[in-house]
Amino acid sequence: MGILDSKIPAGPLEDKWTKHKNTIDLVNPANKRNIDIIVVGTGLAGGSAAATLAELGYNVKTFCYQDSPRRAHSIAAQGGINAAKNYQGDGDSNYRLFYDTVKGGDYRAREANVYRLAEVSGNIIDQCVAQGVPFAREYGGLLDNRSFGGVLVSRTFYAKGQTGQQLLLGAYAAMNRQINRGKIQAYNRHEMMDLVKVDGKARGIIARDLVTGEIERHSAHAVVLATGGYGNVFFLSTNAMGSNVMAAWRAHRRGAHFANPCYTQIHPTCIPVSGDHQSKLTLMSESLRNDGRIWVPKRLEDAEAIRNGNLKPTQLKEEDRDYYLERRYPAFGNLVPRDVASRAAKERCDAGFGVNKTGEAVYLDFAAAIVRYGKEKALISGMKDADSQTIRNLGEEVIEAKYGNLFQMYEKIVDENPYKTPMMIYPAVHYTMGGLWVDYNLQTTIEGCYAAGEANFSDHGANRLGASALMQGLADGYFVLPYTIGDYLSQDIRTGTISTDSAEFDAVEKEVRERIEKLMSANGTHSVDYYHKKLGKIMWNKCGMSRNAKELQEAIDEISELRADFWANVKIPGKPDGMNQELEKAGRVADFLELGELFAKDALTRNESCGGHFREEYQTPDGEALRDDENFKFVSAWEYKGEPKDAVLHKEDLVYENIELKTRSYK
Amino acid sequence: MKLNLKIWRQKDAKSKGQMVDYPIKGVEGDMSFLEMLDVLNEELINKGEEPVEFDHDCREGICGTCSLQINGEPHGPDRLVTTCQLHMRKFKDGDTIVIEPFRASAFPVIKDLIVDRSAFDRIQQAGGYISVNTSGNTVDANAIPIDKHAADEAMDAATCIGCGACVAACKNASAMLFTSAKVSQFALLPQGQVEAVDRVQNMVRQMDLEGFGNCTNTGACEVECPKGISLENIARMNREYLSASLKG
Repeated sequence: MGILDSKIPAGPLEDKWTKHKNTIDLVNPANKRNIDIIVVGTGLAGGSAAATLAELGYNVKTFCYQDSPRRAHSIAAQGGINAAKNYQGDGDSNYRLFYDTVKGGDYRAREANVYRLAEVSGNIIDQCVAQGVPFAREYGGLLDNRSFGGVLVSRTFYAKGQTGQQLLLGAYAAMNRQINRGKIQAYNRHEMMDLVKVDGKARGIIARDLVTGEIERHSAHAVVLATGGYGNVFFLSTNAMGSNVMAAWRAHRRGAHFANPCYTQIHPTCIPVSGDHQSKLTLMSESLRNDGRIWVPKRLEDAEAIRNGNLKPTQLKEEDRDYYLERRYPAFGNLVPRDVASRAAKERCDAGFGVNKTGEAVYLDFAAAIVRYGKEKALISGMKDADSQTIRNLGEEVIEAKYGNLFQMYEKIVDENPYKTPMMIYPAVHYTMGGLWVDYNLQTTIEGCYAAGEANFSDHGANRLGASALMQGLADGYFVLPYTIGDYLSQDIRTGTISTDSAEFDAVEKEVRERIEKLMSANGTHSVDYYHKKLGKIMWNKCGMSRNAKELQEAIDEISELRADFWANVKIPGKPDGMNQELEKAGRVADFLELGELFAKDALTRNESCGGHFREEYQTPDGEALRDDENFKFVSAWEYKGEPKDAVLHKEDLVYENIELKTRSYK
Repeated sequence: MKLNLKIWRQKDAKSKGQMVDYPIKGVEGDMSFLEMLDVLNEELINKGEEPVEFDHDCREGICGTCSLQINGEPHGPDRLVTTCQLHMRKFKDGDTIVIEPFRASAFPVIKDLIVDRSAFDRIQQAGGYISVNTSGNTVDANAIPIDKHAADEAMDAATCIGCGACVAACKNASAMLFTSAKVSQFALLPQGQVEAVDRVQNMVRQMDLEGFGNCTNTGACEVECPKGISLENIARMNREYLSASLKG
């Protein structure tokens, strides 16, 4: 398999990372001062990597399209971050976190990477607390935990419903300390337009200053891509408006293989679409499933009455409600993994039980939790026989303390009070498990080009468990990359500064300029959004929560046609030499139009159902995903060969030495 | 509904700007304010005109990228929301809506409604951190119990999204609410004590260097803050600053 050497160290699972750290090459502190590293993206993975690398002594340049590193979309993560601390004494351990993650990913992740992730998870919490991240605490002053989907322990640390924000501000603060020391130069409002290779190694990038429109050259001894996921290929997703695949896709075109593009997480609890004007979707944290019960009416006529506005959900009796997750999955109930919960919601809505005017929504109900917490609070407060109204009020206070910001957000968007009437939710695109293929050292198939966080593919298999994205981003940035990149850079201590005045930089810059010119000179019939929305519809309808061979083939053809139309007819007003948000969007959508096709091709090739990838042809009689370990226990890594249809598949066989492959069951 | 928008247009930092009228129809109550601007921009692009540029990203009220002075108020008439979470149901058919960039000399206009808020980054670079290495070789997270009330208060201060509404709301364009929220988060936690003296002095010095105005306790910042950051933070920062000055 040659090129797909995952470089997993030998030895027992628990010793691999320690042994690897002990044997890889190091760069001495004096030499680090002569080595430059570019980090693209400043979310949890990029921000933490940049801070740590600068702290070690390397010269770091960071790039982000936002006006400040602190605005990267990691900031929107709500629910929490996992760590195998076992503070609750409920039987947690590194092995259990590892096992849950591999199982949750439907046995399509690499064992060694996942174990390392579990192993460093505890350190992340120590680190963040030392940095002043205000995690939620109990009255005794110790850290609090909550539960997330797909696991049977409480290992999720959180800061209200703003955990991502607090962790990112921690990483950003660590960056600021290095910026203040002059070890990080931050290029904000800059977009990476392409990767520059010299002698086969990643040696720099071409970036566009989004304010002046200037095209710039930046060189380095290594390039780290921490640019997040590609969920916006669906147009509507919970990603930020600017989230894009450009950096990863440009690297792919330069030789980095793209792994498992079809593994997408459709998150079960998002606010439903309200109309055609919709520009993005808003997540309601999975943590809500700790206390919220999901249901639809049992009878079709009740569902219809609710849709018509003739019946209110609170009027429906307990026995007329179908708590379908509790019914189908008694062991995990409302806390089944995300892919399972999403498909179950779609199944009920497709069968006609949806509860909003579009028929695409289910209820997430807090009434039972409010009463439960209210009774407990009343007892603690010394009220022995509190009346039901007092209990409700006390219960609402508890819920507000836990999820207040989420409830407020819901109320602002939907204009309904979720303390009084159940929330309406529906699945939406949230996270992409696929990404650039990386080896154990997080290096892509381009030497010197690394990928961290959501931008790589390595840890979540075919489905990511809740509260694991933050864990992976920070693990990669704080604790993995700083070691592994040193091993690579140890060869570069005599290289000296990489010149940007070379034929390689000339050539890539020329291509970047030509691409911008081509975009600006198209015919001008339709806006960029017109194409993005069309692409999104194809993706959602044919590559979404359930897929089949016929529709995937149609998607491939339709995306290819749409791409040709885009390049001939897109309309971009204004000029390229200055701020031009339409031009920014156009470059991103152009890459989505290529990635989308590869996505569909990958889904078509994978003739099995696993995790977030559900092929209608491969399911059990009761509608659960049917995996095919004999033929598909591999990572699909696609090599760029021009058009997406010509991409060549390389397989990395997944070896399970420590976990027995089983049919995933949450019943 | 039909609306009459009056929007600030400015080609770049050097050009002079002006208000331009844009009538718009077909606006629905369920649209967010920014989705309403998307509709306007789609119309402008189809007519061959340049769209109105504005800052936005997460569109769920947490990244702090969106701004806009709407009818004279940062983030518009609703309370405790950012512009991206403001919905058109707060307006009536026939309304005139004046849309301007955040105004402050420390926030120069880049284009149309987009301003440069990098001054906030520089204030934080001056000391908004705890100088601890990211090696992971720290004490166990539960080794330092922290009083729940202090932790919760630190969290309340830390929810600041750095949008700049406090500056835009203030007649003096003061950045005291922002800076004090950052100082408070660390002042309330034991981890922040070691560097407390230098932190508050350095951050306040940078705030002054950036050209933000003084605080005259009018409280407009607290009213307009989309995250409800409390004025108490300013009082806390003043105490911290005074005690730092005494310690030298």
